[in-house]
Amino acid sequence: MQAIHTIHSRFVPLQIENIDTDQIIPARFLKATTKEGFGKNLFRDWRYENDDENRPRPGFALNDPGYSGQILVAGKNFGCGSSREHAAWSLLDYGFRVVVSSFFADIFKSNALNNGLLPVQVSDGFLQRIFALGSSATLTVNLEEQSIAIDATGDMERFAINPYKKTCLLHGYDDLDYLLSIKSAIESFEKQPA
Amino acid sequence: MGKTLFEKIWEKHIVRTIADGPDVLYIDKHFIHEVTSPQAFAGLERRGLKVFRPAQVVATADHNVPTINQHLPISDELSRNQVEQLIRNCKAHGIELYGLGHPYQGIVHVIGPELGITQPGMTIVCGDSHTSTHGAFGSIAFGIGTSEVEMVLASQCLLQARPKLMRIRVEGSLNRGVVSKDIILHIISAISSSGATGYFVEFAGSAIRSLSMEARMTICNMSIEMGARGGMIAPDQTTFDYLEGRRFAPAGRDWDQKLEEWKRLYSDEDAVFDKEVSIAAGDIEPMITYGTNPGLGIAINGLIPAPETIPDESERRNIVKALNYMGLEAGKPLKGMPVQHVFIGSCTNSRIEDLRLVAGLVKGRKKNEGVKVMIVPGSQQVAAQVREEGLDKIFAEAGFEVRQPGCSACLGMNEDKIPAGEYCISTSNRNFEGRQGAGARTLLASPLTAAAAAITGVVTDIRELLS
Repeated sequence: MQAIHTIHSRFVPLQIENIDTDQIIPARFLKATTKEGFGKNLFRDWRYENDDENRPRPGFALNDPGYSGQILVAGKNFGCGSSREHAAWSLLDYGFRVVVSSFFADIFKSNALNNGLLPVQVSDGFLQRIFALGSSATLTVNLEEQSIAIDATGDMERFAINPYKKTCLLHGYDDLDYLLSIKSAIESFEKQPA
Repeated sequence: MGKTLFEKIWEKHIVRTIADGPDVLYIDKHFIHEVTSPQAFAGLERRGLKVFRPAQVVATADHNVPTINQHLPISDELSRNQVEQLIRNCKAHGIELYGLGHPYQGIVHVIGPELGITQPGMTIVCGDSHTSTHGAFGSIAFGIGTSEVEMVLASQCLLQARPKLMRIRVEGSLNRGVVSKDIILHIISAISSSGATGYFVEFAGSAIRSLSMEARMTICNMSIEMGARGGMIAPDQTTFDYLEGRRFAPAGRDWDQKLEEWKRLYSDEDAVFDKEVSIAAGDIEPMITYGTNPGLGIAINGLIPAPETIPDESERRNIVKALNYMGLEAGKPLKGMPVQHVFIGSCTNSRIEDLRLVAGLVKGRKKNEGVKVMIVPGSQQVAAQVREEGLDKIFAEAGFEVRQPGCSACLGMNEDKIPAGEYCISTSNRNFEGRQGAGARTLLASPLTAAAAAITGVVTDIRELLS
């Protein structure tokens, strides 16, 4: 997993709530057996008319050359629905490292953290202030300080993250490294009487 | 202070607790399927690891499999590749696979319970959000991502922060024509599609107690649709009667011993939940959804809400967007609206009891000409039972097409898709945009309400067809 410290970047706004993982990556693209290459189908049915890559839907933020960056900013309850980790893979593969929302669905959040994609939960008010910014505005997300700031105004908010997960992300560790290191404890647990 | 059902099970499965971090939670049973496991096996191979406890893993092929001609090679190359990959991975790691052609094959959340693999007091995971289904037996069951599938394969453990706990009580007797799908759609509409995010939910109360195991599974299945990590119901005599004698249920002295343990699995009188919700069963009517998340539902005789009556601006925007996708008009009823498709299946409602309900209603009736009706049994065992009970003849006479087991049109990964712009009354669990095919418009409802629409061709109040 790629470590993450500070991301300073422009952002792509998706002012839509309850974005489910079927929108992030539709089920028909889940037939791969590797984790790579999902970015081209990210938000596929919102991005293209009639599934045609030559017909990008105007008005959809990913198709707007004015927007770019490593940060996706979305309405509340982002990532609800299916447990497909392909959602996190497709966001990363597209080039995002941070998703900002005022609320995340549980499984998406775990999947994101397990892949080095940082979910940053902010207040509704802060989220609205980001949406009100122009396309050239930049944000700075600092994991060590657990802060997100609007660079132009200095408007800043702190975000919460489990201390264990924070350490993992800062160093690029994943849970499996840890679990493998305590194998003997797991074996002893199994031998306990029920 | 007493303990909740959840706490009793969780605490028995803690291998250790990380300071300021999650618990290392031991997993008893791990179900895997073809779509969310290949990258996990590839990860193991990259690290040179074997599956730690293959006997605790059960595999099936369900998500992308065709529901006709399952004896033939899968024509879609990518789907075939995934299914073959699963066969190779299971073989290489010594995992039991109920694949295509096996008499136990079926939707993972149908076969676990029907084979008696799912038992009270267990921790159960699967790379699928509807793993919550297994909580109906009084187990802690939840969906995980592929990285976590890899962790469980490698260590039989997961790092999990303890969720908050919510109890939802449904008290009283159910109205005529109301089944468990209506209960859960009512609850989700009441608390919203994110109303239980961060929580694990225990369903309780006299109306829940009165339900069969199949009906309880429908409720727990959709707990993820209100954002909950999982749902659960304390085991009772209904649970024990269902399990006794099943293929992998304990037997003889083991059964007696397990039964004693299982009888202690309930929330103590003085147990404390972070949140309590109370629902009167008498308030629940047959339900249907009109929007693009499962929380956007109304009683079958209700009106689609008018956005201008909704105070919250973002909620208003959501509904406008949903109605636009669905091609529906605010303030109008759904009842009487023509539908082109009826899908009866999925891990929510494809069990034998669901199909008996449907058969009971359609016996001696014919489907409306304007509707295509697809019934997809949840498993080979359900399909066999359908034939044994002669339900297949009732369906054939009604003009319903009965297909072979799989996830099918619930998520449109195989060729069972709803065409763009057309309406489908579906017994599945999600009405997201494009879920049943790009542009498809899904109305979620109970098997009874779906069957009623198949007969009349329009959204129908099932109570008008009951004699």
